[in-house]
Amino acid sequence: MSAQDRWIHTPPRKSATFDDAAIAEIRRAAATGIYDIRGAGAKRKLPHFDDLLFLGASISRYPLEGYREKCATDVVIGARFAKKPIHLKIPITIAGMSFGALSGPAKEALGRGASAVGTSTTTGDGGMTPEERGHSDLLVYQVLPSRYGMNPDDLRKADAIEVVVGQGAKPGGGGMLLGQKITERVAGMRRLPVGIDQRSACRHPDWTGPDDLEIKIQELREITDWQIPIYVKVGASRPYYDIALAVKSGADAIVLDGMQGGTAATQDVFIENVGLPTMCAIPPAVKALQDLGMHRKVQLIVSGGIRNGADVAKCLALGADAVAIGTAALIALGDNDPALEAEYQKLGTTAGAYDDWHEGRDPAGITTQDPLLAARLDPVVAGRKLANYLSVMTLEAQTIARACGKSHVHNLEPEDLVALTMESAAMARVPLAGTNWIPGSNI
Amino acid sequence: MPSVDLASSPLRELNSALHALTDNTNATHWTVSNPRGQHNIAVGLDFPVEIEIDGHVGYYCAGMNKQARVTVRGNAGQGIAENMMSGRVHVTGDASQAAGASGNGGLLVIDGNASARCGISMKGIDIVVKGSVGHLSAFMAQAGKLVVLGDAGEALGDSIYEAQLFVRGTVASLGADCVEKPLKDEHKVELKKLLDDAGVEGVSPDEFKRYGSARKLYHFHIDNVGSY
Repeated sequence: MSAQDRWIHTPPRKSATFDDAAIAEIRRAAATGIYDIRGAGAKRKLPHFDDLLFLGASISRYPLEGYREKCATDVVIGARFAKKPIHLKIPITIAGMSFGALSGPAKEALGRGASAVGTSTTTGDGGMTPEERGHSDLLVYQVLPSRYGMNPDDLRKADAIEVVVGQGAKPGGGGMLLGQKITERVAGMRRLPVGIDQRSACRHPDWTGPDDLEIKIQELREITDWQIPIYVKVGASRPYYDIALAVKSGADAIVLDGMQGGTAATQDVFIENVGLPTMCAIPPAVKALQDLGMHRKVQLIVSGGIRNGADVAKCLALGADAVAIGTAALIALGDNDPALEAEYQKLGTTAGAYDDWHEGRDPAGITTQDPLLAARLDPVVAGRKLANYLSVMTLEAQTIARACGKSHVHNLEPEDLVALTMESAAMARVPLAGTNWIPGSNI
Repeated sequence: MPSVDLASSPLRELNSALHALTDNTNATHWTVSNPRGQHNIAVGLDFPVEIEIDGHVGYYCAGMNKQARVTVRGNAGQGIAENMMSGRVHVTGDASQAAGASGNGGLLVIDGNASARCGISMKGIDIVVKGSVGHLSAFMAQAGKLVVLGDAGEALGDSIYEAQLFVRGTVASLGADCVEKPLKDEHKVELKKLLDDAGVEGVSPDEFKRYGSARKLYHFHIDNVGSY
């Protein structure tokens, strides 16, 4: 290129609007004629718990000694109506993930890991497997719109029931399990032909709206003789009203799932563009419970993008009673492990980015129904890793709670928090760091 | 024969007593009076007991039933026999929406009409409606047979999987991927048995048309996008 040409042509400049990802997606759509389907939750940058900080104790607050003084972590869920509420040793549970989306060994590992540290795991679309029940001391049985695998025997075997209204990755959307994963066993449990693309309904077949839900919950209580708690799970969309309506419908506990929460498979456009980030959904949910006089009586379990004990502590400080993890639990089992990089490369991806969980080719043996791949996951070893991870998260949350002078992680409160950005201050309804200003608080 | 008056006895006591039945009981035939439209009567049963309910019932009567034979002498509210696994539920009047929803087995007989979404998500249950059914009946129906002696409303069998639908009267419209299929001899044999089991007399299987899945939506294809 001559010196003159260099001045005639401006340097190549890529569009901020049509960035590499947008262009690649247009090309992919043009080539295939189908929207992008993938697993996991929102990948875009969202306001999240990293934007919050704890203040810690000082002259006006008295800290607890990290290695000696007790900081309790136990949670009781479902004492509102259930004769046998759930007693968790830690405020971190395992979110609902189906056998079908996950392999048998992965479900077993989740049960082993959760049980080792005294917490619960949750079924998913497609019903309860004996392996899962056998290895989970506390198992929450989901009642989903599809009712795949739903049966009263399993309902009575459960330690709690979760009526799933929605999911953070796709509030208003049903599930998908593509043909690659509809093996004979999965198809048999769901009463579907082998190998078809399976759609899970987005609406429950036999109820619509909160008045019906109240009767549905009563039916489940009657069937289980009022013994076990009944949760209601909603995706974060209109949390104030959804939580109020769930309380009105008679829920013992509510699971609130933000848009960073994962899914086995759905449209990328849905995952990235529908719902609320987890952090901003908690304050209105807690406000609804407080307005009804039900905060701490109906427990709030928050999920969606929880990664470490700091995230746990921040959720609790904002008013949640517990959290649930899904994606993080799979990573603890071995999902997206860099040791498998060569195999991820063969799949056209890289460790840390693999999200084609619906294709069933997971080299880690977790999001697959291929028996050879599934056999790679040792449920004992993977369960141990999950238990380790859950213990670390709990220790981290305790560390922060003690630093804030709390003898129970539930004693953390919004007053312990500040926000680093104006948007996170407005969303989390805590002051902007260094000020006493909560944007929007006087509106 | 135990007799329970729901005007004076709480529903919880009835359901609790029915759940407590064991093999050595003689209480195998129960009557229930004054249901007064209460919801969740006789739900979650798992015992071969006969229950006669004298009057109208609310939502989810006989929900998730196993083994029991439940007769409702009146009308039934939403979700009668929802998710039934086995046994038999008989409604002598009309049934509201979502009758037999997601049922896995057993037989549901409705002497009158059933409202919208009859047999929605059905997974193996057989349903015989002697009157007509409302719109979106057998929506996403996976397995089992829905027999309608009257007419079917709009979008019958929308997004149907492998359930079989038999309609004697008119069908307002078929839903996505639901088509009329030939009524072969083997279907007539199955249909005759179901009609007999439901106590239908004087009706020939030849009077019905059969509907089921075209199976075009089993795998996503862009050329079918208009159906989604």
